[in-house]
Amino acid sequence: MTPGRVRFALALALVLLLEALCRFGVISRFAMIPPSEIVWHLGQILASAQMWPAILKTLGNVVAACISSIVVGVLAGALIHRWQALRETLDPLFAAYYAVPVYAFYPLFIVIFGLGDFPQILIGFMLGLVAVVVNTLNGLDRVPRVLIKTARIHRLGPVATARKVALPYAAPYIFTGVKLAVAYSFIGVIGAELIMSRTGLGYEIGYAYNNFDNAVMYPLIVFVLAVAATVNTMFFLWERKILARRRK
Amino acid sequence: MIRALRAALLIAAILAAWQLLFLYAGANALSSPLDTIAYAIELLSSPRFYPHLLETARAFAVALGIAISCGILIGFTLGLYRFAGDVAEPVLVALYSIPKITLYPIVLLAFGIGMPAKIAFGAIHGIVPVAIFALGAVRNLNPVYLKAARVMRMAPARIAARVLLPAAIPEIFTGIRIGFSLTLIGTLLGEMFASQRGLGFLLIQAIGLHNIRLIMALTLLLVVIAVAASAALLAVDRRLRRHMFGS
Repeated sequence: MTPGRVRFALALALVLLLEALCRFGVISRFAMIPPSEIVWHLGQILASAQMWPAILKTLGNVVAACISSIVVGVLAGALIHRWQALRETLDPLFAAYYAVPVYAFYPLFIVIFGLGDFPQILIGFMLGLVAVVVNTLNGLDRVPRVLIKTARIHRLGPVATARKVALPYAAPYIFTGVKLAVAYSFIGVIGAELIMSRTGLGYEIGYAYNNFDNAVMYPLIVFVLAVAATVNTMFFLWERKILARRRK
Repeated sequence: MIRALRAALLIAAILAAWQLLFLYAGANALSSPLDTIAYAIELLSSPRFYPHLLETARAFAVALGIAISCGILIGFTLGLYRFAGDVAEPVLVALYSIPKITLYPIVLLAFGIGMPAKIAFGAIHGIVPVAIFALGAVRNLNPVYLKAARVMRMAPARIAARVLLPAAIPEIFTGIRIGFSLTLIGTLLGEMFASQRGLGFLLIQAIGLHNIRLIMALTLLLVVIAVAASAALLAVDRRLRRHMFGS
């Protein structure tokens, strides 16, 4: 048996156990509905048009947070790398950054920017940004001097050197940051929606919870977790493929 | 000396940016740095604030204790049994990257509103990083240590206490450092949803009342506490690594 098969079998056993516990009333229907019903309700929800605006809005915000944190993060990383004094000044900030509960800023953003999409995107952006910056710096540190010297012999300017030599070499390290940015965008946007918002998947989950509407709540939770896990796994596999190609 | 100067410069730059933002956005949106610091000190000296701080501290301490002990236990078990580790590692990584906040309704249904739900919410955020680092630490261990332990016919519990823990402490500590901040976030989130007390509850209440001074003073206090704790942990972390791996 390969580890993958054992994993699948264990997951299947867990689902069947939950199904049995729910069906035989060990877990009450007020606490949880059986997995088979969750899947059935999820099918109903996805087939009807009702939930799609919320789904698309959330996914749109996740994509916006993710792309902005990657673009700004790589650019900022490349700039900071050139300016050693700035980097040493910012280092303690980077080290302490993930200790700060970013959600604590969410109320502030709502007050400043209003209760629209922007505060949620900003939370996702802030969560992902420093991961991208730190990994970009880490990657640029590893570019061999000979490549930079070759670029200089070819009279490439700083921008062309970064674009054509340094960043492509650092790509696998930057990718680690990208992967984290993807995960953090989901966490940031959906978390912010749950704390306070007017639309979106997080809001719908909270709304269903407050109305004891398990037939909506559980399918949506499963949907969010499944989408996030699938996207994260795809990036994980893609990274492995890139790394394997580089080793050849 | 230069490092202290740079840190002072960084703090000054942040305060200046904050002041500029205040001048731009106005008192309706946020309070000035000086006002916020004054209000935070006022909060700290008011007797009505202490129960909330204590409540959060207690929930956080228990959650962190659970996260560290369970995380190390899971990591060691998966590290010692290679096949179990191969099966579980991708699951751990997936658990690390999903938005666990969506699980809060389930946690609330399971634990009810109050202390247990907060602790559970903090702990599920912290367990995974501790377990991942503990697992990595055991994998990277010099195999001779484990072989020697097996030759001496040590029981698994003794191997964990006498061999794994001392050898893997620097890496485990890095996991604890990351678990520390995630547990704090989880506990605060738990308080936002599932509580009538604590700093997270004060925050969500302040949003409802549009009490900007309170929001900013609480955010400032949380940031200062988190940064101070993380700096202390980072210092210990670096020392452990120097001690273990030489300079």
